[in-house]
Amino acid sequence: MGLDFSIIPKYMDIILLGVAWTIGITVSAALLSFIGGIIFAVIALYAHWIIRQPFRLIEWVFMGTPLLLQLFLIYFGLVQIGIDLPAFIAGIIGLGLHFAVYNSELIQTAILAVDKGQMEAARTLGLSRGQALRKVVIPQAVRDVIPPIGNNMIALLKDSALVSVIGVSELTLSAQRVIGKTYRPFEFYILAAGFYYVINLCMEWVQHKIERRISISR
Amino acid sequence: MSEQTKFVEIRHAQKSFGSLEVLKDISLNVERGQIVGIIGSSGSGKSTLLRAINDLSPLTGGEIWLEGVQVNKTLPHRQYETHINAMRQQVGMVFQHFNLFPHMTARENVTMAPKLLKGLSQADADKLAEEQLDKVGMLERIDYYPSQLSGGQKQRVAIARALAMKPKLMLFDEATSALDPELVEEVNLVMKKLAEEHMTMIIVTHEMDFAASVCDRVLFMDQGVVVEEGPPEVLFKNPTQTRTREFLRKHLEGAN
Repeated sequence: MGLDFSIIPKYMDIILLGVAWTIGITVSAALLSFIGGIIFAVIALYAHWIIRQPFRLIEWVFMGTPLLLQLFLIYFGLVQIGIDLPAFIAGIIGLGLHFAVYNSELIQTAILAVDKGQMEAARTLGLSRGQALRKVVIPQAVRDVIPPIGNNMIALLKDSALVSVIGVSELTLSAQRVIGKTYRPFEFYILAAGFYYVINLCMEWVQHKIERRISISR
Repeated sequence: MSEQTKFVEIRHAQKSFGSLEVLKDISLNVERGQIVGIIGSSGSGKSTLLRAINDLSPLTGGEIWLEGVQVNKTLPHRQYETHINAMRQQVGMVFQHFNLFPHMTARENVTMAPKLLKGLSQADADKLAEEQLDKVGMLERIDYYPSQLSGGQKQRVAIARALAMKPKLMLFDEATSALDPELVEEVNLVMKKLAEEHMTMIIVTHEMDFAASVCDRVLFMDQGVVVEEGPPEVLFKNPTQTRTREFLRKHLEGAN
């Protein structure tokens, strides 16, 4: 049987719902990975070594194991210790922490690359180290890592398809479900791919906007 | 007690980096309103001494006192942090490389610390920024970012930033050394203006002419000690120490 794209409009609502879920999960997980990345970076660089240990374990788990396994662990595993998370929350946490660990690596390097004079100037004004980090060092470090973090966020978007395995009807799973009814895999997978591409373009556009806004304040 | 009347007092300041002793038992007083210049070749310890005054580069021995309060006193870590942050609010510092915050406009550079530490409202902070930036002749550039300013303009904003905390004492660490020659004068003028307002200043500098024109006292440092000190007209015209004479001779040769 040949290709028949005329079938698409009939199932568009399901696909669009999937798009909405993918965007929702990606944006939420991106925010979590960004804020988490900053927190992890500060802990790795400045916290007492006793506090650093549990975070090193988290870092190892999220960097050294497959994301798929991490999602299973958070969604199915945590239930056994009484933490029963809705699938999409488990997905956001899994994706968010996974990429937080990668962002943390970038942010740590950037924090160390901020000129020492910046911390000195802030401390000289009477700021505590924490205040100096928050107001002066971290904002500069974060600006410097917008491009590589942007790349991580594109990877996050693509990996968001993995949360389909814990039953979140995001774009990939929605496409699969429609295919289950229509037996039209090519049409709907291509459609899904097209939507991923559009979301990707939007993310690049946002990143570009942010970069342009901050280029003056370097 | 007569000590309590002293404004800045450095007692037996000593600092070592490993086996290298960069400050060797330096004692000196600075009176309120006095302008003290510190000259000497690089590596003489002059910047280290200046940076010890606000504990940016902690001493390994000796004491720093500001208005009867010991700056570098021994306290448990947390208490010390609170103490030193309060002390530093009273001491402004200007750096060779400006160290302006590049992600903030001139206004934000000036208002960040007063807002955060003194709880100034945005309106009061704006007024303060206008006042301080006007003083250094930078009011027109109030909403410019450092990247949009020349070196001299950056340094003037950095001075305004320090002044916004209403310090009792200003430390200048080679404030004009990184500037192109034609930009030095605008920064010197601002410093002269502060001198006229009787701001207490300690100025580490390479510019003998400037030191001679604004300082009440000039110290010549070499190898971690104050070799000689006195009023500029005496120190520059009739130095008593051979090392001072040699330094001044080399410097004058270099300048011409």
